[in-house]
Amino acid sequence: MPNITLGWMDYSIMLIYVGFVLGIGQALRKYMKSSNDFFLSGRSIPAWVTGLAFISANLGALELVGMAASGAKYGMMTCHFYWIGAILAMTFLAVFMMPFYYGSKARSVPEYLNMRFDGRVRCLNSISFAIMTVFASGISMNALAKLLNSLLGWNYHMSLWICSGVVLLYVLKGGLTSAIYTEVLQFFMIVLGFSPVVYLGLKDVGGWSVLKEKLAGVAQNPASIGVGDKSFQPDAWTGAWSPMIQGASANPMGVDLFAMVFGLGFVLAFGYWCTNFLVVQRAMAAKDMSAARRTPLIGAIPKMFIPALVILPGMIAAGLAFTGKDGYRLPPKIIAESAYEKIIPAVKNAVATGLTGEAAVQEVAKAAGMKMIPAKVDEIIKAAPTLSDADIKGRVQNAVAENDYDGVILSLVKKYCPTGLLGLALTALLASFMSGMAGNVTAFNTIWTYDLYQAYIGRSKSDAHYMWMGRAATVAGILISIACAYFAAMYNNAMDVIQLVFGFVNAPLFATFLLGMFWKRITATGAFLGLLLGTMTSAAFHALTLATGNAPGVKGGYVTVIQSFPSEMAQNFWLASFAFLTCLFLTTAISLVTKQTKTDSELTGLVYSLTPRIKSADEVWYMRPGIQAILLLAVCLVLNIIFF
Amino acid sequence: MTLDICWPIGLMFSLVGAMLTVFGLVTRASEEMYKRSLDININLWWGLILLAFGGLMLFNAWKNSKKVK
Repeated sequence: MPNITLGWMDYSIMLIYVGFVLGIGQALRKYMKSSNDFFLSGRSIPAWVTGLAFISANLGALELVGMAASGAKYGMMTCHFYWIGAILAMTFLAVFMMPFYYGSKARSVPEYLNMRFDGRVRCLNSISFAIMTVFASGISMNALAKLLNSLLGWNYHMSLWICSGVVLLYVLKGGLTSAIYTEVLQFFMIVLGFSPVVYLGLKDVGGWSVLKEKLAGVAQNPASIGVGDKSFQPDAWTGAWSPMIQGASANPMGVDLFAMVFGLGFVLAFGYWCTNFLVVQRAMAAKDMSAARRTPLIGAIPKMFIPALVILPGMIAAGLAFTGKDGYRLPPKIIAESAYEKIIPAVKNAVATGLTGEAAVQEVAKAAGMKMIPAKVDEIIKAAPTLSDADIKGRVQNAVAENDYDGVILSLVKKYCPTGLLGLALTALLASFMSGMAGNVTAFNTIWTYDLYQAYIGRSKSDAHYMWMGRAATVAGILISIACAYFAAMYNNAMDVIQLVFGFVNAPLFATFLLGMFWKRITATGAFLGLLLGTMTSAAFHALTLATGNAPGVKGGYVTVIQSFPSEMAQNFWLASFAFLTCLFLTTAISLVTKQTKTDSELTGLVYSLTPRIKSADEVWYMRPGIQAILLLAVCLVLNIIFF
Repeated sequence: MTLDICWPIGLMFSLVGAMLTVFGLVTRASEEMYKRSLDININLWWGLILLAFGGLMLFNAWKNSKKVK
């Protein structure tokens, strides 16, 4: 992708944003008096703020880049990550689970596990969670630095360290409150920064109905834009459910109904939204029980409509690429600078030896390590004698047939934004990456300080000591994230990797919570062994299965392949389902043969049957969480029907 | 009482909105620049929308601060 040149106006908008987040950190500094303020915002934040932060914490690299990529690759079905894959779980969290999280006064999700079960479960959960947060944040920072590098030509290492440095500064100063406030700011940045791009894209393509026609063309001939070589029914890119009904082979995602509804909608969604401390921490910072329960409900409202901002651009890009309007194509994969040392001689060699056609294309493709568009390679070879090396480079890059899906959203920003608006859109992107990191780091420092350090290393120290430790953990968390970013630089589609990590850690976890919260008979030993074996099942499943088209290794199947799936997505959904059921079954079985060590009074407030119901009779009927949850689900259902 | 988040949000979007609006006015004659945004002076229009949003947030913050006192 050729670089974009930013004007002074664009830089000013970026600098203003950075100035404001640092300013927020500075302004909050004086409120950070105890560790409670630093890690839990002193439980003082109003519901609309925690609600927006709740979804915003999840609106990082994964969303903007990955969802637009999936929108182009899979179309409308990607929306399930927002609908069935979020709304149901968010309402469940609000209505059924929040009373235990908030009511128990636990300061973190692992701490709840410690109260309900014992230290072993807490330790297992906090360690795996801590690892996951730094990975998630590393993946997101890597994506950011890569984008800034390819788009603006900024140095990869410098982008990585400077953005991390900004996050470090404001989290150190304002703790969780800083992270929550910047998440809300980021939420508005994304909505206000991307709406005009989506508007212009949709207008350019000719509106929704024209887009649907074009995507029908894409579905019947995906090869025309390089998204695969199979052909599908015309509605494969524009239906949320219809392409799935005929089975995994009838949709580009390669996912069947069971994997989608049970794997994503139940196991992964509930595992993520109901147990992931990164999001639950936002609700725990709410000022009272009612605000805590409303947090996920308020978050669910924008959540349902965010696909219009993050998935629609990918679909627009696919539609534009299909007609090739104004020469638009999905952005090609970037050829590494070092590969040109082989490519240019290959081109010159083809000219010198008079090699043409298929054989010449193969030579160049081999040198580049990517599929090439034959017609364009032919043109290059014909023109090569009169071209400079730099011209050849540019043309070869343009002839790459493989798509860089992660670049889709930016290709639209670049296409439609004049300087000015460009700065706003890029700042929105920058904001989402940075706040994604801040969210992970604030979850990491809390888990480390409360659940690992205070529990095992430095018991009964002063509050000031823990606050110091939280700040130290912030610095450490950011440094480890940076290390993970370098590690993540090896992967291509960030979202599939994150899904995989969620599958390992989160899938069995929800079984533990579900059983623990709703059945007092579940014992600590049962929970611990069930969770451990559930996580190991994930790993074993990954080692034994593979998605078609992948080589055994990091993508799975490295022991042997006993089952293959039509896509990585399907593999992940099935992995999650398997791990969940294993954990559910083993936790129950082991609990029934072990003795319950906790008394009923110890479990009051932690288990559903032993906790008095919250009376919400004093609230107006439409403010009751149950009623609001039903309303939200109804709206979500309508959306699913409209885009069936 | 901690910092009301409406203040920074309102201030930032008013500032950025004002900048975009002025920038849009100054560059309104440049057809070349707005060709990519489909001949719409998107800086001017979007700047006004941001300004309105920022203003609303500031008004909200001001109202909240009076309520507390």
